[in-house]
Amino acid sequence: MLYEVTIDGKNHHLQLERAEAGWQCRLDGLVVTLDAALNRPNVLSLLMNGKSYDIKRELTASAMNIWVGSIGYGAQIRDPRSLRGRKDGAGDNLSPRKLVAPMPGKVVRVLVREKADVEAGQGIVIVEAMKMQNEIKSPKKGILRKLLAEEGNNVNAGDVLAIVE
Amino acid sequence: MFKKILIANRGEIAVRVIRACRELGITSVAVYSDVDRAAPHVRKADEAYHIGPPAATESYLNIQNILDVAKRCSADAIHPGYGFLSENAEFAQACADANLKFIGPSAASIEMMGSKTRARKAMENEGIPFVPGTSSGVDSVEQAGRVAAKIGYPVLLKAAAGGGGKGMRLVHTKEELGSALDTAQSEARRSFGDSEVYIEKALLNPRHIEMQVLADEHGNIVYLGERECSIQRRHQKVLEESPSPIVNAEMRRRMGEIAVRVAKTAAYTSAGTVEFLVDESRDFYFLEMNTRLQVEHPVTELTTGLDLVHLQIRIAAGEPSLFTQKDISLRGHAIECRIYAEDPDNNYFPSPGTISLLLDPAGPGIRLDSGVYEGWTVPIDYDPLLAKLIGYGTDRPQALSRLARALDEYFVGGIKTNLPLLRRILSQPDFQAGKVDTGYLDRLLKAETAEVKLDESVAAIAAGLFAILERPSTGANDGQGASTWKKVARLDALRETT
Repeated sequence: MLYEVTIDGKNHHLQLERAEAGWQCRLDGLVVTLDAALNRPNVLSLLMNGKSYDIKRELTASAMNIWVGSIGYGAQIRDPRSLRGRKDGAGDNLSPRKLVAPMPGKVVRVLVREKADVEAGQGIVIVEAMKMQNEIKSPKKGILRKLLAEEGNNVNAGDVLAIVE
Repeated sequence: MFKKILIANRGEIAVRVIRACRELGITSVAVYSDVDRAAPHVRKADEAYHIGPPAATESYLNIQNILDVAKRCSADAIHPGYGFLSENAEFAQACADANLKFIGPSAASIEMMGSKTRARKAMENEGIPFVPGTSSGVDSVEQAGRVAAKIGYPVLLKAAAGGGGKGMRLVHTKEELGSALDTAQSEARRSFGDSEVYIEKALLNPRHIEMQVLADEHGNIVYLGERECSIQRRHQKVLEESPSPIVNAEMRRRMGEIAVRVAKTAAYTSAGTVEFLVDESRDFYFLEMNTRLQVEHPVTELTTGLDLVHLQIRIAAGEPSLFTQKDISLRGHAIECRIYAEDPDNNYFPSPGTISLLLDPAGPGIRLDSGVYEGWTVPIDYDPLLAKLIGYGTDRPQALSRLARALDEYFVGGIKTNLPLLRRILSQPDFQAGKVDTGYLDRLLKAETAEVKLDESVAAIAAGLFAILERPSTGANDGQGASTWKKVARLDALRETT
């Protein structure tokens, strides 16, 4: 199986095939043999070169993080052979991503214009709640396709603030 | 002994008190707001009743609703936990009027200690050391100026009615005094409904050390050892430990005897805490008394071997204390950290949301008082404390190593938490040496930190493996994939939900 994986913004080519004992892996051209056992959904034990890695996958509304021990990495994964890439939301580099209000509050500032280029992690909108300001960031690099939040609007948790393509 | 206790609280402390009731064979009653129907304290109680919409003022702070439930279910006592109504004299009195035993001190004790200036005034003639300052609110800028000149700058303006840093201003020179007083008073009025502000000498990098006291209803009062609570962010405690790295047996005895004297002056009963500020010469000064069970009580329980909630219940039931001061001995060292749903990359803004993955630590010397479970949605409406993790060992280094190990095992996915900050604090040489003060954490947070990430390749490979191993089986092509999926489903069904 072939994948395009982005870790903390850096792209990697990943090839994984089942081998006799475990997996054969080619990462950016380098070959690695490893063994993997899924302990429970989203919890993986990875053995590589005698080292044991404790891995968790965290899926939120807008992102995927891979945790190796206690260190987290922002991750996106795409199967280049599938026609539309992964359809089920988190981890897809290609499809439009929604920017969602994490809690009820008021939009106090809009930082970016519609149609502007945005970077992953760039602040798009500031929502104020509980007397503190919360900067809502873009989940991916792309173009701010649609801006639904307006300065002065009240928003509820889950409301879509913007769409980044 | 009580037959039925209503716990007027939520989260981890409600679970903690319910457990004590279970252990004592007492029926426990939980109350819950709209957003807490699926909260763990509801399932763990013997009975549970709805008390209102999400807002605390309409539910957990609503005295009438809570008393109505107590009457309806024929509870004979109420445990207020901490926060919410635990230090509300009106509530304590309302319980007494309704013939319900309030598990805590009397309304009068709460009232006396509820205002810092009132507490200071009451202690004035008892030989209790105070931070130099006023025992009543300042009535004018001129008077404030005179007091400040006498005790010497820098001075601290503080709200009499509350804490947490609200209504507090540090003043370095007399030029700053006027405007600082204005803003402190208005902030105090906004936060506590009381604009009274008093003055204290500002100690340089003090430690916050508090003494646990326990008083029965027959006049026996003992002290149960101190807690060092200097690791605070913006005046909110993050980490606490017992004993304090700088308190020896002799200092403990002096502080303890003063704490008992404070409790006696307040005619105190039940569990309470006397707070002190300690300067660099190890001189200590009375700050205030908290007339409730505190968040960090586990570190005292572990080092004394006593169950404070059991004792609170037995004291409230009229039982006399079974031990005197000389029966109390301290053993080992305990360190607690508070796990909050906060976003460290966004000024520790509360981070509500659904916990998608929860891996709890365990093992030797680990105690976890949790108010959450995997799949639980942390509501925005309340304090974002998720759990308390305590490491206990024969000495401080062992307690530290166990706590650090447990923090590495702990994983909370789906929401942001302060776990990375807690790991960072435990790795700091100064903290490991016990060299802390109340300014420590704010200073640490200002220092730049570079996270070293060495495992990008591992993360990339893992991302691919998750995609393959957790792919729903199409049945057609990958027989191996199907059996893996079935295995996962089986594991899922067998997995015990807490």
